[in-house]
Amino acid sequence: MPTTIFDKIWDRHIVREIEHGPSVFYIDRHLIHEVTTPQAFDGLRKRGLPVFRPDQTIATADHNVPTLDQHLPIKEALSRLQVEKLTENCREFGIELYGLGHPFQGIVHVIGPELGITQPGMTIVCGDSHTSTHGAFGAIAFGIGTSEVEMVLATQCLLQNKPKQMRINVHGALGKGVTAKDIILHIIARISASGATGYFVEYAGSTIRSLSMEARMTICNMSIEMGARGGLIAPDETTFSYLKGREFAPAGAEWEQALSEWRQLRTDDDAVFDREISIPAADIQPMVTYGTNPGMGVPVTGAIPREEFMDEKERLSFHKALEYMGLQAGAAIRGQKVDYVFIGSCTNSRIEDLRQVAAFVKGKQKAEGVEVWVVPGSRQVEQQARAEGLHHIFEQAGFQLRQPGCSACLGMNEDKIPAGKYCISTSNRNFEGRQGQGARTLLASPLTAAAAAVTGVVTDVREMLN
Amino acid sequence: MRNKISSIHSTAVPLDKEHIDTDQIIPARFLKATSREGFGENLFRDWRYTHDDEARPKVDFILNQPAFGGKILVAGKNFGCGSSREHAAWALKDYGFDAVVSSFFADIFKNNALNNFLLPVQISDDFLRSLLDTVLLHPDTEISIDLENQQISNTLTGASESFVIDAYKKTCLLNGYDDIDYLLSIRDDIERFEKR
Ligand code: SF4
Repeated sequence: MPTTIFDKIWDRHIVREIEHGPSVFYIDRHLIHEVTTPQAFDGLRKRGLPVFRPDQTIATADHNVPTLDQHLPIKEALSRLQVEKLTENCREFGIELYGLGHPFQGIVHVIGPELGITQPGMTIVCGDSHTSTHGAFGAIAFGIGTSEVEMVLATQCLLQNKPKQMRINVHGALGKGVTAKDIILHIIARISASGATGYFVEYAGSTIRSLSMEARMTICNMSIEMGARGGLIAPDETTFSYLKGREFAPAGAEWEQALSEWRQLRTDDDAVFDREISIPAADIQPMVTYGTNPGMGVPVTGAIPREEFMDEKERLSFHKALEYMGLQAGAAIRGQKVDYVFIGSCTNSRIEDLRQVAAFVKGKQKAEGVEVWVVPGSRQVEQQARAEGLHHIFEQAGFQLRQPGCSACLGMNEDKIPAGKYCISTSNRNFEGRQGQGARTLLASPLTAAAAAVTGVVTDVREMLN
Repeated sequence: MRNKISSIHSTAVPLDKEHIDTDQIIPARFLKATSREGFGENLFRDWRYTHDDEARPKVDFILNQPAFGGKILVAGKNFGCGSSREHAAWALKDYGFDAVVSSFFADIFKNNALNNFLLPVQISDDFLRSLLDTVLLHPDTEISIDLENQQISNTLTGASESFVIDAYKKTCLLNGYDDIDYLLSIRDDIERFEKR
């Protein structure tokens, strides 16, 4: 029977099946961070258990950490405690920790790929929903809750029901100024914030094949925003050349062996999906969200929808969203004033994102009154950006280059957007209060965010590209 | 949090909103605790209270209306989307809910709820609408959830519907088993699998 890449990886990881129940699913790599693990380690202690496979577990501190003065002790007491707990737990249970100050520290979904920990054919989990990012390498990767973190720590396994499968084909050439972020915002706007619940998604088609690994990660990252369990892209030469030579990637004879296995990881031509969608790249424009879920997005040249075509329930949610955002139905999104610009998060904080922003703002200045934070995804990204001199460009433009962490993506540290202020953000969630109590988030690509930083309003970046 | 669930019979809180994400259920700034207790205090924090600077209860929010209460939360479609934070399930449980009823649950939330003996009951859009309407109109309406027979009923109107739950999970909930106990019991299998 023809199978999908998902089937192939899935089948290889089943330890056993439970009759009328889920399968026992083996996990190759477990990534952990400070926020969703303390209760899991307590659980292990209570049961008197060790970590079953500490060498398949990797830890970092990212969600809670400050992005300024990382060499100093964390000021906020509760954040400090959580990071200290992680350090103690890793020491006690023998887990490698890339904590603050470590050259490998960074957002968990940025460092996994960058260090070559993430590899094709693997199963990867983390107590964080954007674990779907790692699917860009042709891995089954998904987010789990803390009880499940405890299960994986204790047994390296989870109980899982096989999800349905969806393929999203994007084909053709992308227009000028249109990026991976616009592709995924376009897809979510089209199928809605719950449109892929219960599915695992494979992204395919000529547009996807032509993307860099960074861009593929941006797309897989936001799979969860349409409800999908995860998203993946079959590995190819782009994947292999990205991985080659990375810290934990196989080397020498092992590399050759791995390559020949990875090349098998593809969906058979006649495999059947539960649902299939096809999207012409030519339809995709730079996107901006106007509402309070990532499905509420429009092309930058478009207008916020009107209520006419909505049913009553939808109208209610729509109303509440616009009220929270302080925006008008039917109004153009272009020209909307922004107060803050956040370029960061596991969606768009990789070196390619920073390079793109720097190339765009070189010789330009941020608009008066706009605050711009560029938060690299990892220490390595930060180092690389400095080595390339990008920090000078940011400095001259009035952008602040900070230190790595989740930062204003979820506002657990000091990087919060004040109530009522508008932030154009390259992160993945525009939920109420996500970036701070009362904060108003407009999701967009790094290019669109950079354009807004320069003009002070939502701008069609294409008009500024030559 | 060892527990068991068989049947739940209670009044309900109707939260008539779709796509309720876990950032609303428990905002990120309250995720700094390192234990599982006490999250109920901040359940739906930003809908319940004004800005932290003053933190006054918002009277029109449903949890602040004395007429509504009970162990069952009835909420709009796509409940629990967004972040994987299990703190959302802990907060609901800690506040006093034993079940959440909706016409659609986000995957990770559903697992988290089940792992904490908080029963996610998925019903049709129509039945959800009628439940919300009855409870909004008659706050003392009792809802009865029978896990053994997988039935949920509105005791005021007599309407009922069956709901689906994985047989394995049902056994766990009825008997108070958790997945870790099971996984630990098959450790030999796991080690054998690794050597393959
Ligand atoms: S950057 Fe944001 S979405 Fe990504 S792991 Fe951190 S908090 Fe989660």
